[in-house]
Amino acid sequence: MKILVAVKRVVDYNVKVRPKSDGSGVDLANVKMAINPFCEIAVEEAIRLKEKGIATEIVAVSVGDKSSQEQIRTALALGADRGILVETSEELQPLAIAKLLKAVVDKEQPQIVILGKQSIDGDNNQTGQMLAALTGYAQGTFASQITVEGDSASVIREVDGGLQTLTLKLPLILTTDLRLNEPRYASLPNIMKAKKKQLDTFTPAELGVDAAPRVKTIKVEPPAERKAGIKVATVADLVEKLKNEAKVI
Amino acid sequence: MSILVVAEHDNASIKGATLNTVAAAQKIGGDITVLVAGQGVAAAAEAASKIAGVSKVLVADNAAYAHQLAENLGLLIAEVGKSFQYVLAAATANGKNFLPRAAALLDVSQISEITEVVSADTFKRPIYAGNVIATVQSTDPIKVISVRTTGFDPVAATGGSAAIENVAFAQDAGVSTFVKEELVKSDRPELAGAKIVVSGGRGMQNGDNFKLLYALADKLGAAVGASRAAVDAGFVPNDLQVGQTGKIVAPDLYIAVGISGAIQHLAGMKDSKTIVAINKDGDAPIFQVADYGLVADLFQAVPELEKAL
Repeated sequence: MKILVAVKRVVDYNVKVRPKSDGSGVDLANVKMAINPFCEIAVEEAIRLKEKGIATEIVAVSVGDKSSQEQIRTALALGADRGILVETSEELQPLAIAKLLKAVVDKEQPQIVILGKQSIDGDNNQTGQMLAALTGYAQGTFASQITVEGDSASVIREVDGGLQTLTLKLPLILTTDLRLNEPRYASLPNIMKAKKKQLDTFTPAELGVDAAPRVKTIKVEPPAERKAGIKVATVADLVEKLKNEAKVI
Repeated sequence: MSILVVAEHDNASIKGATLNTVAAAQKIGGDITVLVAGQGVAAAAEAASKIAGVSKVLVADNAAYAHQLAENLGLLIAEVGKSFQYVLAAATANGKNFLPRAAALLDVSQISEITEVVSADTFKRPIYAGNVIATVQSTDPIKVISVRTTGFDPVAATGGSAAIENVAFAQDAGVSTFVKEELVKSDRPELAGAKIVVSGGRGMQNGDNFKLLYALADKLGAAVGASRAAVDAGFVPNDLQVGQTGKIVAPDLYIAVGISGAIQHLAGMKDSKTIVAINKDGDAPIFQVADYGLVADLFQAVPELEKAL
């Protein structure tokens, strides 16, 4: 079975980003970029399904500008077999990305598509669900365990009160949560080999998708700062402050 | 304006998050209809009809909606939602699951986790783990919006008298089946809506040590939360995780114990009214957002605090 895994290029999770001073956008000049952590978990899960003999081919896909090739190469170094870049330098929103991924799904006909549950830049948490809607496939979002059995999969999901188990028919869409697995690191020989793996590029126009944004960002600004607090010396001081100053207990 | 609010409920009762979502709908302004989709939801529908400011309750009572499966709810919300100008749901694990599916079926975008209504088509939402607040304007004919509950004070659960109507539409997409749910049972308040939250991090060292926090929480009538590090290490279950991709909380008092304060954790709690940090590392970033910091060994400070209350 073929697995399609989506990867997104985002600001590294250790970077604390700031808005530009004119509020027109986020300052990303000279900022370290990386594969979105949830997408890394998605790649790892695809590789584990291949190691278990369930998957036979893993295709890594990214939607973004030319530099997203780096993140596809990372996925290839980790164990994906080939890559697809849907290349555009336009601003992309989840619905457009889902439509572009739907076009790739139509071409590739995977049995399972794995995505991260959200990207740590836009924090939208939408693309997997939207892709599931457009394909009509079942969705196993916020997955913490996946077991493929015949023509269906048992998926354990992280929900607000605990865990939920669903049986979903293949083909299906999965989005990863943090506890699904712990991603491996790419070895140097595999990083070298990844450079030679096949990577095809399409444009949104070639896929016949209108990727125009529907939501306009008017401005961005920093959040309200918390005023600096104080250090207390003892537990007794803390209790006194909470009772008499903050009046919260 | 006509606004559809998809209720968060457990078939028997309406969850508090619905009241925050109705509050966001009131900020947009217009005629508010609440959709209660589930199985055996008569009591929940009755409760929804009493929510202040709600003019109509639509009930979809069918086995297909019993467990809020996104494939079935997506079809229903897209069908019912197409005659509204707005479709809102709380940004809970449940809302996050079904709402984008409905939006894509309606061929409109979703605006995720709004914290403020600026005008009828313009909203504020945090991005980059809350390090940036974006003001966004929707150009879609139907605006599908998930609401971060901490951004809106809940409306009253009573005082309304909305008419209840049944929805004829019912369809099972036939691709997903509910098997089981393992919900953590607790007598403590729900994390998302608690007035006081006591959270533990990696500094707790193991799950057994969380007993210290449970004792403190019970003394305060508080909910217990955790950092990602504590959940990943298996100290506590996933539903306790506070942070960018876990639960977002904004209680009156947040006590962070043995939590260093990674930006992903701060994203989930920095709107709390008062923050207390207890950590033996005086340079931990958590102290930069704490109103009161106590540099101390938590294994001495927490029992001492519990006794002092």
